[in-house]
Amino acid sequence: MKKFKKLVSVAVASAMVMAMAGCGATEAPAESSSAAADSGAAEVVSGEVFKIGGIGPITGGAAIYGTNVMNAAQMAVDEINAAGGVNGYQLALNFQDDEHDAEKAINAYNTVKDWGAQMIIGAVTSTPCIAVGEKTHEDNMFQITPSGSAVKCAQYDNAFQVCFSDPNQGAASAQYIGENNLATKVAVIYDSSDVYSSGIYESFVKGAEGQSFEIVAAEAFTADNKTDFSVQLQKAKEAGADLVFLPIYYQESALILTQANGMGYAPKWFSCDGMDGILGVENFDTALAEGVMLLTPFAADSEDQASKDFTAAYEAKYGETPNQFAADGYDAVYIIKAALESVNATPSMSVSELGDALKGVMTTISYDGVTGKGMTWQATGEVNKAPMAVVIKDGVYSAM
Amino acid sequence: MKKTVRSNLITIGIVVIAYIIVQILISTGNISSLMKGLLVPMCVYAIAAVSLNLTVGILGELSLGHAGFMCVGAFSSAFFSKCMKMFVPGMPAGVRFLIAILIGAALAGLFGLLIGIPVLRLKGDYLAIVTLAFGEIIKNIVNILYLGIDENGVHFSMKNSLDLNMENSDNIIINGAQGITGTPNDSNFTVGIILLVVTLLIVLNLIHSRDGRAIMAIRDNTIAAESVGIPVTKYKLMAFSISAALAGVAGVLYAHNLSTLTALPKNFGYNQSIMILVFVVLGGMGNIRGSVIAAVVLTLLPELLRGVVSDSRMLIYAIVLIVIMLFNWAPACLEWREKVAASVKTKLGKKNVSKEVQ
Amino acid sequence: MSFITYLINGISLGSVYALIALGYTMVYGIAKMLNFAHGDVIMVGGFTCYTICSTMGMHPLLGILVSVVVCTVLGITIEKIAYKPLRKASSPLAVLITAIGVSYFLQNIALLIFGANAKSFTSVVDMEAVKLADGEIVISGVTIVTIVSCIVIMIALMLFINKTKMGQAMLAVSEDKGAAQLMGINVNGTISLTFAIGSALAAIAGVLLCSAYPSLTPYTGSMPGIKAFVAAVFGGIGSIPGAFIGGILLGVIQIFSQAYINSQMADAIVFAVLIVVLLVKPTGLLGKNIQEKV
Repeated sequence: MKKFKKLVSVAVASAMVMAMAGCGATEAPAESSSAAADSGAAEVVSGEVFKIGGIGPITGGAAIYGTNVMNAAQMAVDEINAAGGVNGYQLALNFQDDEHDAEKAINAYNTVKDWGAQMIIGAVTSTPCIAVGEKTHEDNMFQITPSGSAVKCAQYDNAFQVCFSDPNQGAASAQYIGENNLATKVAVIYDSSDVYSSGIYESFVKGAEGQSFEIVAAEAFTADNKTDFSVQLQKAKEAGADLVFLPIYYQESALILTQANGMGYAPKWFSCDGMDGILGVENFDTALAEGVMLLTPFAADSEDQASKDFTAAYEAKYGETPNQFAADGYDAVYIIKAALESVNATPSMSVSELGDALKGVMTTISYDGVTGKGMTWQATGEVNKAPMAVVIKDGVYSAM
Repeated sequence: MKKTVRSNLITIGIVVIAYIIVQILISTGNISSLMKGLLVPMCVYAIAAVSLNLTVGILGELSLGHAGFMCVGAFSSAFFSKCMKMFVPGMPAGVRFLIAILIGAALAGLFGLLIGIPVLRLKGDYLAIVTLAFGEIIKNIVNILYLGIDENGVHFSMKNSLDLNMENSDNIIINGAQGITGTPNDSNFTVGIILLVVTLLIVLNLIHSRDGRAIMAIRDNTIAAESVGIPVTKYKLMAFSISAALAGVAGVLYAHNLSTLTALPKNFGYNQSIMILVFVVLGGMGNIRGSVIAAVVLTLLPELLRGVVSDSRMLIYAIVLIVIMLFNWAPACLEWREKVAASVKTKLGKKNVSKEVQ
Repeated sequence: MSFITYLINGISLGSVYALIALGYTMVYGIAKMLNFAHGDVIMVGGFTCYTICSTMGMHPLLGILVSVVVCTVLGITIEKIAYKPLRKASSPLAVLITAIGVSYFLQNIALLIFGANAKSFTSVVDMEAVKLADGEIVISGVTIVTIVSCIVIMIALMLFINKTKMGQAMLAVSEDKGAAQLMGINVNGTISLTFAIGSALAAIAGVLLCSAYPSLTPYTGSMPGIKAFVAAVFGGIGSIPGAFIGGILLGVIQIFSQAYINSQMADAIVFAVLIVVLLVKPTGLLGKNIQEKV
């Protein structure tokens, strides 16, 4: 028995060494990632394609965000490749899971780096994005995050955002509510354990100063307690709020709307881009979301032709309605394309050369995408685009 | 040489040899970025597993709140390092990190002591659930902690960062759920290995000391141990708080490896505590060397699966976990393994005999 | 007035915890193992009912029935493959770890089949909410059904265990497996039966959980699962009325601490109360205190 144990441990140890050595070769062949497998992309030789690494949660509680970005980015890559690629070169995408965890995000980053990634789309969520940002900065690799909205996500000059940063959204929401006299008493329900939500909440409070409404209740919940919102709703109701601001994602919003309906509370609802996707929740009674207003750069059912085409293509390919994350991921690929084209980049350029070239040109390009028209970027990495206020009417989004 | 000493030397030797091999691989450029990135996490989880083994394997109490102690170590040390980085920029990184390690270990040990006093009165699964509860409480509190320092002094709140009333939000050090960002990256593989070796030395020494034998006596039969005059509470507390302090060290290493530190269910929740427990059980309870190997293998496994089955790697991981557990622990499997081992042995033996005849 | 509303909200949340805790405590009491996969069996129950009712458009009752059957079979299978081989293992922790493996397995297989997108669950309860005091106080239909089914199940379980032969066999197995075997009780069969009942309860709990909080993802079960585990310990693990009381109390404490103390600290407070209770009564509110013998 003892001998056997020894045998096993020796076997394990040698297996480990072999695994290390096996992974040691930096020129390890491109492993077929799920994304690459989906598209059936042929084995690619480095130097002839632009390699884009993607990072986001594919498993775990935040999986929905990463999956949407991965699918949409893959779709964009396929479209571009079918249309002849960028500067005559094809694109390849390798999307890795980070489980919405900073440490795993670094592993995911290193995996795509070993694969030979020259640019990064990601990370999808804020905390992992900040961690990855540190590493891309070290390597001077160009990084564009579709949806990492915290300011620190783009703290270095090589990182850019497709989505609004949190302070941007909160202030814009407060301004919009104030200027359009939507309410006099406002309640906020937010997720204090979420970087996105608490970030918007804080900037909303700051932006609300001097506006024509007052915040009568600010109720938080945490990731461990996001099924029952009766207390938060009850407090908002008691405070007499006629508008409830929901800077949260649509899964929780769907629950909140259902529960508010159950208790007979019907204020106006106002939300940010996280709300987008609520109509796509399978089996959701869209009547509950009637009249919900949101400030979003993208709406799956909007009249805009680019959004329409994107939504139709995504639905045809994946059988689901895309949410705002998907739109961001889709745009991220096209933004990379636009940037690559404007510097006439070739895949033979090194990571750092590409990084220098791209970050130089990002502040000069303007891009029309599904998440906004005429997007431009500041050197800080933040995007300038006009948010659109939409309202849900008869089960579809319509511009206000 | 005494058998125990030899066994200890082997354990530490394995770690040192692994370190040398990795260093050679790095210097010859034969190691992937993924592997390089995993080196520190492997040390973190190995230290955490060894420290938990002290509680579970040696003391014999099931703790499901170990990640809570890591959390204490991580946040206290990251707080210290960030403060030093902001206000005493001239401090050498080595000194700063050394103090950070000591702070993390001391604070986590203190928490271990404070929590241990009530908790260790309980038994079995009830003890497990209370440690789980403490772990969750720590995580929850850390998530609503807002702390900032500026020229007006220290600002503190448990509601939100606006409550801090600070003019410059850059001076907020702990920002609730957003945690601490901008912790200096002081961890590296060498430091990780040194800390792992120190941890091993502490734990192995403790086990083979008079105190360690007393602790194991308590594990094997509390009442008997008490009746021969062993102060049960004292030894229980000792083992528990040392274990907590070492978990704190793992937390320090973790915090200084990433530039952003948040207390998510994933890294400091009960799930993480359970993952560490998985390392311990898989490696064999009371088997320190086993803990290190299990931690390394299970940290590597999901990452290596990335290249093979990206889509369902966590599914494969779950299946592998179940199968390994059955293989290592099921009595039927153990019997079968013994049989196989015996038959291999006899076959080998026969060959030897035939050789001798020739 | 708001106090009563909070109380009702607390009870309705607690009744869901209680329902899950009944299954938990049942399995623990007899098999003496913490079944971490219980929460995920709940999720499977929810998804089965969702598939039958919403995707295939069948009657809710059929949905409940099918999910009970599916979960029962699943529970027995899990027990046979993953837990039974380890029952005689040298450490009770081995089976705990396997349970965690099973939990990961169920979550990830659901992720592969159903995707990460949250599904909105259509309530199986078609009952008007009861309105009291001019509509100030609203008790939803799901709450009433959950509480009633909780009480019915609790009574049925107690009758089953105390009055039937099989129930007595379960008690005997929980007291002493070896002695039970000597008395001619089929220990393996009894434990399988326990898992079958526990999993069937999990299916019902899953359907009602999703009816009350209609959002269904592969991770729906894990947090309520751990809360229910706390509830079961709270009430004295192994005790059936204890699980009920523990569940309700947990829900009420959680809602009250959200309402009156700090909504962000609700979990910390719930766990702190649990710690205090266990320090005063080390085996929970209704748990049996077994003296250790030399």
